[in-house]
Amino acid sequence: MMAQQVHQEKDRLDLAPKKFVMWLFVFASFMIFAALTSGFIVYAGGHGHALNLRLPDIFIYSTSVIVLSSLTMFMASRSAKRLEFDRQRLFLWLTVALGILFFVLQVYGWYILTYKMGIYFVNPNASQSFIYVFTGVHLLHIVAGIMVLLSALYISYRNRPQAINLYRMEIASIFWHFLDIMWIYLYVFLLLNQN
Amino acid sequence: MSSTLAVHGHGAEHHDHGHEHHHHDTFITKYVFSQDHKMIAKQFLITGITMAVIAMILSLLFRIQLAYPDKSFPLLETLLGRFAPGGRLDPEFYLSLVTIHGTIMVFFVLTAGLSGTFSNLLIPLQCGSRDMASPFVNMLSYWFFLTASVIMLASFFVQKGPAGAGWTIYPPLSALPKAMKGSDLGMTLWLISMVCFIGSSLMGGINYVSTVLNMRTKGMDLWKMPLTVWAFFLTAILGILSFPVLVAGVVLLIFDRSFGTSFYLSDIVLAGKVMPFSGGSPILFQHLFWFLGHPEVYIVIMPAMGIASEVIAVNSRKPIFGYHAMVYSLIGITTLSFIVWGHHMFVTGMNPFLGGVFMITTLIIAVPSAVKTFNWLATIWRGNIRFTPAMLFAIGMVSFFISGGVTGIWLGNSALDINLHDTYFVVAHFHLVMGSAAIFGMLAGVYHWYPKLFAGRLMDEKLGYLHFWITFICAYLVFFPMHFMGLDGVPRRYYEMTAFPSFNKWMSVNILITWSAITAGLAQVAFLYNFFSSIWFGKRATQNPWNANTLEWTAPIEHMHGNWPGEIPTVYRWPYDYSKPGHDADFIPQTVPLSETMSSNLPHDFEDNPAGLEQYNAWVKAHKANEAVK
Repeated sequence: MMAQQVHQEKDRLDLAPKKFVMWLFVFASFMIFAALTSGFIVYAGGHGHALNLRLPDIFIYSTSVIVLSSLTMFMASRSAKRLEFDRQRLFLWLTVALGILFFVLQVYGWYILTYKMGIYFVNPNASQSFIYVFTGVHLLHIVAGIMVLLSALYISYRNRPQAINLYRMEIASIFWHFLDIMWIYLYVFLLLNQN
Repeated sequence: MSSTLAVHGHGAEHHDHGHEHHHHDTFITKYVFSQDHKMIAKQFLITGITMAVIAMILSLLFRIQLAYPDKSFPLLETLLGRFAPGGRLDPEFYLSLVTIHGTIMVFFVLTAGLSGTFSNLLIPLQCGSRDMASPFVNMLSYWFFLTASVIMLASFFVQKGPAGAGWTIYPPLSALPKAMKGSDLGMTLWLISMVCFIGSSLMGGINYVSTVLNMRTKGMDLWKMPLTVWAFFLTAILGILSFPVLVAGVVLLIFDRSFGTSFYLSDIVLAGKVMPFSGGSPILFQHLFWFLGHPEVYIVIMPAMGIASEVIAVNSRKPIFGYHAMVYSLIGITTLSFIVWGHHMFVTGMNPFLGGVFMITTLIIAVPSAVKTFNWLATIWRGNIRFTPAMLFAIGMVSFFISGGVTGIWLGNSALDINLHDTYFVVAHFHLVMGSAAIFGMLAGVYHWYPKLFAGRLMDEKLGYLHFWITFICAYLVFFPMHFMGLDGVPRRYYEMTAFPSFNKWMSVNILITWSAITAGLAQVAFLYNFFSSIWFGKRATQNPWNANTLEWTAPIEHMHGNWPGEIPTVYRWPYDYSKPGHDADFIPQTVPLSETMSSNLPHDFEDNPAGLEQYNAWVKAHKANEAVK
């Protein structure tokens, strides 16, 4: 009976499958962006409608912000592994703050696009509408990402077992780094298609 | 809190009692918000059956219209009100019926109802795991599905009726709310429902893949998995890769409908008024839709293939013919399904060279499909066949897959397709190859695993035979004549054939089809009665009623959290050791070690096990010596 209990404990604490769920979710979400960018290529290629604009500089700033947030996320994970929980929380808070800043900068980017450059979402050249779709769908993911970060923070304040803490941190890192890489992909994609 | 965890917690406190005494489920946690994969499987199945019945009734309604286009049935007005003024179906409501019938059957019944039921039930039971990777996400998957179903059906209760642009919802028709009744609020509800549905499908699929890859019991390597699990696993991968693409397509469609963008719209004149859209491309939607849509038909058929493989092997009392070939052809189908979507678009003005490429990839899919078909036939060949209802439905699945698949080769040809596109030939093709075949696979699964779904009850065999024969014959009577209509150029989705003198000669055939459909519909009453009454009054089954090898039949008859009391059984062999020469019984469950079956072992059982091979050789030598003495 004892062995059985031990066995079941192992069943219960096996978090690997749950982590794998996160990876699969990342794949699924990647497919949305792959589909949208492929849609862009089909649209732009078939109609000779290129973007025909210079992307506002604000996107360079937002890109650096989200790259920086990946760095703080990494620092948070490392601190968690080294049992430095105060530093872990600090870096997590920083990541959340940078995430929110990224969100604000992206929305400011929309403001510049519409009010300064006259490039609207409702647009006979749908290539330009695609900018809003890419950034908008990505921002939706950012909102979800911030919630995942906050849940990792919550766990770290609740003094849960270290295994759970690390698991939550890993889930948050996988997702947050994915969002970072996804934005870089989208940004480079848009830059390459500017003309 | 997961109820699975709760059980383990209790187990730790008083470990003298058996495992099964530890449930403290309330009605809500047991039947409604259950996180147990077996209960979720039942929820999916019963919701799926309900949706199937609704979709079937819709199809009978439009079949009546097709057979008697000029007759009025006052009863229809009583039932449908403004949708059937004067007892004749409203033409736009006819289009809605076709649309919702297709949507419900493809997505709600054959995707969620089929994968949702059997992946949920069989992946943990056949792989040997306590539950899914994330039981909570699994529960969410069902509730998203139910929400999607409710929203889809709710569209019948809005002023202008449900969506009417066909299940493929091509723009511009679907993108312009004012274009027709079915493009208005009904279409919006369709889109919302599908977003929920995709969420459900993704959550389910992610769970299935993670469970198969991470949570198999000891000894269960990938090449010891039953073909059912292989099929569900690859189906889930297809879903994870293709459904997000539909999300992208649907999001852009929503923007076009409600925000005024021009992704899909260009140069539209609506009711004499020039619309402001310009520069969009409706073909773009077709690319995005069919990049999902084509893998989707394999999402529909592959679980049915897996179920048929298992049921046929068990009931032929023979190992499945070409196990590895079966797996590789499933993998081949999975891969190829992503590069054939263009064959739905041959007549969109596609570059003929590109059409040729899509034609070749499409025809290549015939190879793995044929491999599977021949393997099923070779499994049945000279088998010691038990004609259980499940076996009949599995054979029916193979039959439909062959007769529907053959016409796929015609349609996959980009030149022939110019003629056949959007005719009844297409309707006949896909209703046989993915409609009837998948439904028969699903029914085979229901009859076969009923004792696992409803704690050791069996469905009535006689009613099962009745159900099978009527459905089988009527399905052929419904869909086979449609080939000839299609070859004659009769287009699909037309409201009344009498409006076109050249189609008048098909009236008698339409009447035959409609009456066959009604008869098939009545046969389902036998199934429904059988299914629901057997839950309470079905014959009691033994733990392993079909003498099958797979792991689920080693689990106790009564359901319990965690599936097995105590340790999960270890697996020692593949699941198809039926009628192995030298063994006294005609089946050897996966849990029986080779050391207990010395008389039936073969050298290839020890391929990567030199110690075992040595023992085997020693045993053979000793055995021969004994024979010599005799």
